[in-house]
Amino acid sequence: MQKYSVFNLIKNALSNHENWDLAWKDPTPKKEYDVVIIGGGGHGLATAYYLAKEHNITNVAIIEKGWIGGGNVGRNTTIIRSNYMHDDNALFSEFGMDLWRKMSQDLNYNVMFSPRGIINLAHSDAQMNVYARRGNSMRLNGIDAVLLNREQVKEIIPMADFSENVRFPIFGGLMQPSAGTARHDAVAWGYARQADSMGVDIIQNCEVVGFDVSGGKIKGVRTSRGDIKAKKIGLCVAGSTNILAEKLNMRLPIETHLLQACVSEPVKPVLDRVVTFGAGHFYISQSDKGEMVMGGDLDGYNSYAQRGNLPTLQHVLTEGIAMMPFLSKLKMLRTWGGIMDMSMDGSPIIDKTHIEGLYLNCGWCYGGFKATPASGWTFAHTIAQDRVHELNAGYSLDRFNTGHLLDEKGLGTKTWIS
Amino acid sequence: MLYINCPHCGMRSQNEFSYGGDASVIRPLLEKEVSDKEWDDFVYNRKSLRGKHLELWQHIFGCRQWIKVERDTATHEIFRTFKADEEFAK
Repeated sequence: MQKYSVFNLIKNALSNHENWDLAWKDPTPKKEYDVVIIGGGGHGLATAYYLAKEHNITNVAIIEKGWIGGGNVGRNTTIIRSNYMHDDNALFSEFGMDLWRKMSQDLNYNVMFSPRGIINLAHSDAQMNVYARRGNSMRLNGIDAVLLNREQVKEIIPMADFSENVRFPIFGGLMQPSAGTARHDAVAWGYARQADSMGVDIIQNCEVVGFDVSGGKIKGVRTSRGDIKAKKIGLCVAGSTNILAEKLNMRLPIETHLLQACVSEPVKPVLDRVVTFGAGHFYISQSDKGEMVMGGDLDGYNSYAQRGNLPTLQHVLTEGIAMMPFLSKLKMLRTWGGIMDMSMDGSPIIDKTHIEGLYLNCGWCYGGFKATPASGWTFAHTIAQDRVHELNAGYSLDRFNTGHLLDEKGLGTKTWIS
Repeated sequence: MLYINCPHCGMRSQNEFSYGGDASVIRPLLEKEVSDKEWDDFVYNRKSLRGKHLELWQHIFGCRQWIKVERDTATHEIFRTFKADEEFAK
């Protein structure tokens, strides 16, 4: 594989950039692999990469129904953060922050990680208390957190609505300065390119139609491009988890819901942080192209449609305009939707299953993108060693049975309530 | 925009309704012993079907009645709606 470097850029410029290697190949599936990862999204690609890099397992295939990076890794709002209160979530996400910081060098691919900081706005005294508590929990876990008062917030984001007679006045906010954004497609492509270079087969346009299970063990997978035997199989299919679980006669604490995002027309630099509205569900940042990238609530009913409905978009943008009134002057450039694997306590699942050799990675709710490296790293460990790592021990499947829920938001099982 | 035909009020926009989830989930009977698995299936585990899905909605900004809706989760097409105490087979 050609390294991406200034030297190679100049060298290839002399031949009009016509001689670059393909970033990844288009192999025909082999009859058998040591590990098959189902789902060529960010998490699946990262899992294959860390299987090869950390565990020296390279006889691996990634099976993707569509094209790699065409699902949620290409549909998110690119926010990366670790501002969690519960230990399991905080330590897992902070481990991921370290991987994010090193990712561009590690993958030899510029993922444009931009640690610009995230501010969660508070709109009441009570909310300031809650944020102080969360900030303290974060700091105890070694995560940077700064509690800002109204004046400090005003200095950082003067374009927010600081007038007196508003329904949700800004009291202050909680900032994680090391949080940020990254170029989401580059994350998928970077992992794909490196995984491919280490021998992983990336098989696109290949739909899983069934599984071979006998004697409580996984034997292989039946696909639209033929049967593939595998000693171990990892499910990494986000919103499609329940569809595959049904083929395995499994019922999971997951519901699939639709989440929309949108971007405005590009404007000159105005917002250099990620900001979330504290009195509803709205988050915003500005891309390097100048578009305002925005997202918010689920559409609110079970859905597999990768496209949204206008009432939710209107509701979300109403919150945005309440927070930053200038947004009302912008034209909408694009809106889109992705299907989320909403777990029943709002936290993910990375675990073994009752079928030997079958591993499960799902339940990412609103926070799948930022978890990409940590999810891939811990899932690769779980598959390679056939046991969970301490970082994902809390993300067990049986916690719904034992009562060890990770209810970060305390929403209960009604995943559509936001 | 979804349009839902409330069996009490007629065709209304989705803005008048709130969602109540999978209507096929049935609470285990109270008078008999309930196993952990039955309780898990009731509280947490969902089929979350792609395709025809029977679900509860409440006409919260209308008659405030709970209703059942049969809807396609891939196309959002609504096939039929009926009162909450009516069985699916009717």
